[in-house]
Amino acid sequence: MAVPHATTTPPGARAPAARTSPTARGQRAGVRAPWWFVVPAVAVYVFIVVVPSVNGAVFSFTDWNGLRPGWSFVGLGNYADVLADRAARDALVNTLLLAATATVAQNVAGLLLALGVNRVVRSRYVLRVVFFAPVVLTPLVAGYVWSFLLSPDGALNEALRAAGLGALAHDWLGDPGTALYAVVAEIVWQFAGYSMVIYLAGLQAIPAEVLEAATIDGAGAWSRFRHVVLPLLNGAVVINVMLCLIGGLKQFDQVMAMTGGGPGTATETISTAIYKSAFSLGDYPFSIALAVVMTAVIAVLAGVQFRLTQRRSS
Amino acid sequence: MDARYTWRTLVREATLVLLALLFLVPLAGLLNVSLKPQDSRGGALAFAWPPTLGNYARAWNEASLGAALANSFVITVVSVALIIALAAAAAYPLARVTRGWSRATFSLLVGGLLVPGQLALLPLYATMRDLGLLGTLWAVVLVNVGQQIPFSVFLYTMFLRELPLDYEEAALLDGCGPVRSFVTVVFPLLRPVTGTVVILNAVGIWNEFFTPLLYLGGSDTTTAPVAIYGFVSQYVSQWPLIFAGLVISVIPILVLYFALQKHIIKGFAGGLKG
Repeated sequence: MAVPHATTTPPGARAPAARTSPTARGQRAGVRAPWWFVVPAVAVYVFIVVVPSVNGAVFSFTDWNGLRPGWSFVGLGNYADVLADRAARDALVNTLLLAATATVAQNVAGLLLALGVNRVVRSRYVLRVVFFAPVVLTPLVAGYVWSFLLSPDGALNEALRAAGLGALAHDWLGDPGTALYAVVAEIVWQFAGYSMVIYLAGLQAIPAEVLEAATIDGAGAWSRFRHVVLPLLNGAVVINVMLCLIGGLKQFDQVMAMTGGGPGTATETISTAIYKSAFSLGDYPFSIALAVVMTAVIAVLAGVQFRLTQRRSS
Repeated sequence: MDARYTWRTLVREATLVLLALLFLVPLAGLLNVSLKPQDSRGGALAFAWPPTLGNYARAWNEASLGAALANSFVITVVSVALIIALAAAAAYPLARVTRGWSRATFSLLVGGLLVPGQLALLPLYATMRDLGLLGTLWAVVLVNVGQQIPFSVFLYTMFLRELPLDYEEAALLDGCGPVRSFVTVVFPLLRPVTGTVVILNAVGIWNEFFTPLLYLGGSDTTTAPVAIYGFVSQYVSQWPLIFAGLVISVIPILVLYFALQKHIIKGFAGGLKG
């Protein structure tokens, strides 16, 4: 998975081949790293992540409601409730659709931006700063700004009318057919710069000689990109796809700001559904079962991606 | 090879500059609308003259943004400091010791990268409630630290594995114990990765909405995003007022970004090595 660049290579790092294993070196030198150094980090991690996650998985088979101390097993009842619930099914489909479209669009945009600002262009440093700026913006705030720009009298519709394309003007967030893609557009605008810097790091690690050799061999721009650059960017692709996918599957902030999950259930995601079923409806068992479904979806997709990339690199 | 500036480069540059201007439209609209009088007509990019700062004064007072920003600041600083201390210390034995317990602990921690926080959500919420921590900054700090430990430990461990032992050996020969050698010799050498850990966590924690919404929701203690969320639902579609609030809440992070953009971009790109 290594991105071939070295912004964080430690001082004095030696080539891997010249190194002996840490154990051998440790014994040779008598350098000892005390085992109890891990205790504080592991203690907080176990308290905040491990124990409640295991509890969550167990409670998904019970009627635990967070208040009564006692609870009893109800088998797969909560999962049956989730599958029977139309809003939950919609949330599942929306989340997969959002994660997939955002991942593809953000990676294409990020790669094109990276190729654009990689070299030669005079304003490349300023351009990088501009394209990356939305990444640090609070997602909730960015969502509100976009909901204003996409409103019926917002900037997008105004621009369309001014360009004589008034027929295309639209209530982007109010139409169940476009609302989800409006959220995707916001995500791509906000995070394309993140993908860009990761691709840029990958591009800059490609030696100029390799490209020169390909040119001398008569390769055109496209075939240089397809057969030389793209294979060398494999590590960056893997990281970008993983980040986009997991981010998309957890999507919460922008949906809350732009649509609140509506209209109807058109933009409901698993995260907003989990939040609402627990804190608006007080249905803890339902909410927990949905969270287990989400964990399973992420695990399966991450596993599939891992398998695919393993095969490609072997 | 393609280091020459041709007319095709010019076309590419012009296209990119145009695209950059489009990218800036949401930010320009945000600033412009926040400076308009409340009753002004016209869209995001129509200027209203003279600009007014009245929205800022109202938003500042009515959303209690001063207190919210202070809370965001405290949460971010304390969380990041704890993450660095805990993750760097934990990574030291995890990188240096190759015995079974070390590898098992590393797997346990890194496995957490794949588990979404939603799974732990309700049991953890109930625990925080039973401990009386709901509505306190401590709840948010604890959750942030616990959730960010896996990635930060991972970054530190990968870095430490590449760090030669020579410095520690020298410290040992000078009579340094392991604790002192870690604090005075090893930790300063981790500076590049500490920078990455600080940047990724500080930006993420400052901007976070879900965790503080959950643990501070309904209390008088808020962070900037949570205050904004309440403010927007209170003043539905009074956009100039809302946007002034939004601008105030993102000024700190944007100022930091434009002041340190090189380091921040590097931090985001470098954190994903491995």
